[in-house]
Amino acid sequence: MMAQIGPVAAPAVDWAGLGPVLALALGAVVAIMVRTLARRLPDWVDWAWTALVAAAAAGAAVSLWGRVGAEGPFNAVGDQFGVDRFSLLVTAVIAVSVMLVAPVLHGFCQREGWSGPEIYVLMLLSAAGGVVMAGANDLVVLFLGLEILSIPAYVLAARNLARIQSLEAGLKYFVLGAFSSAFLLYGIALVYGSTGTTNLVGIRDYLSRWVVLSDAMLLAGLALLLVGLGFKVAAVPFHAWVPDVYQGAPTPVVAFMASAVKTAGFAAVIRVFVVAFDLRSGDWQPAVYALAVVTLLTGAVLAVVQRDVKRMLAYSSIAHAGFVLVGVQAASGRGTAAAVFYLAAYSVLVIGSFSVLAAVSGPGDSRTGLDDLRGLNSRRPALALGFTVLLLAQAGVPLTSGFVAKFEIIAAAVDARSFWLAVVAMVSAVVAAFLYLRIMVAVYSSPDGGDGAGDAEESAEPLAVPVLTGLVVAATVAVTVGVGVLPSVLHDLARDAIPALVAAG
Amino acid sequence: MIDFLDAWGLTLVTFVPAVGALVMMAVPGHAESAHKRIAMAASLAAAAMGVLLLAGFDYGAAGSLQFQADLGWIDVINSRYILGLDGISLPLLALTLAVVPLCVIYSWNHIPEPGNPKAFLILMLILETGMVGTFLAQDLILFFVFFEVVLLPMFFMIGVWGGENRRYASIKFFLFTLFGSALMLLSFLALFFLSVDPATGEALRTFDMRALTDTAGAGIMLGAQVWIFAGMFIGFGVKVPMFPFHTWLPDAHTEAPTVGSVILAAVLLKLGTYGFVRIAVPMLPAAAEVWAPWIGLLAVIGIIYGALGCLAQTDMKRLIAFSSVAHMGFVMLGIATLTDFGINAAIFGMVAHGIITGMLFFLAGSVKERYHTLEISRLGGMLAQAPRLGWILGFVSMASLGLPGLAGFWGEFPAILSAYNPANGVSTATFRVYMVIAAVGTVLAAGYLLWLLQRTTMGKPPAEFADDPAIVDVTRTEWLAWAPLLAAIVVFGVAPGLIFEVTDPAVVGAIEGCLQLAGGCDGATGAAGAAMGG
Repeated sequence: MMAQIGPVAAPAVDWAGLGPVLALALGAVVAIMVRTLARRLPDWVDWAWTALVAAAAAGAAVSLWGRVGAEGPFNAVGDQFGVDRFSLLVTAVIAVSVMLVAPVLHGFCQREGWSGPEIYVLMLLSAAGGVVMAGANDLVVLFLGLEILSIPAYVLAARNLARIQSLEAGLKYFVLGAFSSAFLLYGIALVYGSTGTTNLVGIRDYLSRWVVLSDAMLLAGLALLLVGLGFKVAAVPFHAWVPDVYQGAPTPVVAFMASAVKTAGFAAVIRVFVVAFDLRSGDWQPAVYALAVVTLLTGAVLAVVQRDVKRMLAYSSIAHAGFVLVGVQAASGRGTAAAVFYLAAYSVLVIGSFSVLAAVSGPGDSRTGLDDLRGLNSRRPALALGFTVLLLAQAGVPLTSGFVAKFEIIAAAVDARSFWLAVVAMVSAVVAAFLYLRIMVAVYSSPDGGDGAGDAEESAEPLAVPVLTGLVVAATVAVTVGVGVLPSVLHDLARDAIPALVAAG
Repeated sequence: MIDFLDAWGLTLVTFVPAVGALVMMAVPGHAESAHKRIAMAASLAAAAMGVLLLAGFDYGAAGSLQFQADLGWIDVINSRYILGLDGISLPLLALTLAVVPLCVIYSWNHIPEPGNPKAFLILMLILETGMVGTFLAQDLILFFVFFEVVLLPMFFMIGVWGGENRRYASIKFFLFTLFGSALMLLSFLALFFLSVDPATGEALRTFDMRALTDTAGAGIMLGAQVWIFAGMFIGFGVKVPMFPFHTWLPDAHTEAPTVGSVILAAVLLKLGTYGFVRIAVPMLPAAAEVWAPWIGLLAVIGIIYGALGCLAQTDMKRLIAFSSVAHMGFVMLGIATLTDFGINAAIFGMVAHGIITGMLFFLAGSVKERYHTLEISRLGGMLAQAPRLGWILGFVSMASLGLPGLAGFWGEFPAILSAYNPANGVSTATFRVYMVIAAVGTVLAAGYLLWLLQRTTMGKPPAEFADDPAIVDVTRTEWLAWAPLLAAIVVFGVAPGLIFEVTDPAVVGAIEGCLQLAGGCDGATGAAGAAMGG
């Protein structure tokens, strides 16, 4: 018996191509090892190490970007994991998100009295999963990446043990996440059944060679893939977990989920639908169209009626996801570039916004009602101004990155002749603008509930904003305005970020 | 000199106020008089640039864009930094540059509650940059950016320095305008992707307003044109505001601080009508022809509805706000005829309404300051207590109701007349009906304004204000701020050609598309316009 088993052919591994994943994963492992052995290290070591590791991952992505430019896209592990400019830009966005969230997390942990590296380690592991998803060339690898991304995120959501809502958020996120994973797996199985492979290159190859006569199984597989990934990117009607999880989870963790996790989810959507199933775009485009319409409208309308700012931003993040779906729906190079641009710009915006909330939410992380923001202008004028810029950018006001991002998405939709979808997107943007105005009005009114705006004398108790959090907010505001005034750099990066499927060779 | 103006004139006039705002940001807030001086200097510098431009402007070639600046801006979205000044922009530019310094003068000792002149004046200067830029931009995205830049300062002006109900009013103002401009942006994008070069048949892919006016919608199917026009119609119509979209205006005007109301009435409303004249009609003439009867209908509904609304008001400021709806109805009626005569009248109407209604809001602000109320039923006897204030109110009301010899007349009367003979391809019968309705509107206007005058200025001062020492006559700052506007009402009333002669060549150029489409607009009305202008 034994004699019949030949040696297993090990796939060719290009270690440099795995650089970002390795940096994040090994960084996490080193952090937990060192902190277990040397418990006396000061707390700042954790965030500094996390930011350093993320910077290393981003640096690896940058050097690979040049290599892809010179040699073209290539595969890092057999034909399972691809390195192309799309996956690299997504990797960079995830890494930068981690770099921005880590310092905020430090201030947050100090206020809450949490010590220990586990929250940072989990974030690094989750980010590594996101990077795997961005480059996955096989549905199974994609699933692995998704799980590596999600399981730490479930734990992160439940980290605030003192808050019952945080535990609820973790449980809800876990149950619904597991549910969506099941959908995804079933979808993968059905796609495998109809095409005979789980490899994206193979699927694309198969669909271009053969006409699938009875394609019910393939269509069902596509539908289930869309459901599974729809949960991750929080598209309506798979969004039910978002408001509760965003409200319950620790605020900096929410910043991470809204930026890195969402970006990784959309990277997977683009890789699977726009790239691998591009020949069947006639089948999935109408479904994504419908999802985008419901997502845009539900997100914006439900955001307006909330009283809690974290819930508001949760629903608004759903509306933003709808915008990215509009870019996906275009199923074009322009649409993909617009979606990547949107994700990059939005990640920075949302981290800035939630950093402000993390500073305001007070000990216990529960003061995030609209009334708790009253008088922020008289307590912390600079923070209020930064928050205003970030909110205006989310609303899509010109001269901010949010405007350019929305502009590119709408341009892609109009170019793809999806006029009505573009109209729905703009209407949703206007409805959502009301939400941001509501928050701004609260920020600029006086704390006693009256509306004597701007009276600095009767400021309430001073608000302690950690220096690092302040710096992160300043950095995100600078990026937001910078990209808004000079969008060329990010635009060119997004335009060059073309996803590619390279056959094993 | 001309070289300097050619290269820098329009850029400077646009951004000098913004530079002033930047300087003010660097100066600490407690130096209040320094802030007032800087704001004054910046707005006067812009006005001085405006005088230079007016002097250097080639009036013989008012139909073509002058002092053009054309630089690369955001290449990635094919948007360029293009500014230009022609006969359509010129009167509106002059209006803007004149009104803002007057507002700064008025603000000298009228900073509304809760104070903070630094922020207030910074917002005013940013507003000026936005307004001037909108009138000069010759690129759709640049136009859109300036159009939006105007939105935020006004939002804060109403939302922070406004009256009782300011939150509601400011958010309503912001959302209505944003809704309109969202659809407008879509239309701009559709123009970008659908326009083709008529000579080569290739996709144009440009936001350059000059090129898009030249192609005039060639190659776009009429069905698509009608939809694109609809998007712009809502975008500009909200700003005008036209009848079903007007509900933000009375709230915004009533709650806004005096200077905010003045700028809103004098300039901001014109951004909408200017958009019709500059963008919607010239770029999509065929669609304009389809929409013309509907625009005309909404315009006359606005005229009658605004007038009836005025008659129902008990608040002086709200009454003036509703009169804006009626007056802008006349402007839109002129535009809807799609004739050079009608559009010339419309531009005159914009300037006249800007001066007159701006002045009325100044007066309302001063009345509020003295009486602490604008409730018409509580006021009275102003001629006895503050005679000059009362007489000025009477004079401006006369101008507003369209008394011949004052500026208001030349906005309304030719607009009504132009409806007698709209462009070929537009139903003449429909527009003659509109003409009659609009004429009835002028009677109603006389009614509400005279009624207002009678109740506020005549009779004996009411008991509660009879011995109030706060009720003084016109002060020195008020004279300084108001005299230029009062003079302009007379000057443009006596010599309307000052404006008509500048606008006419540009208007003829702008509706060239209509002319070609309809095989020549009615020459008789064009000649009448020229005669009236002379």
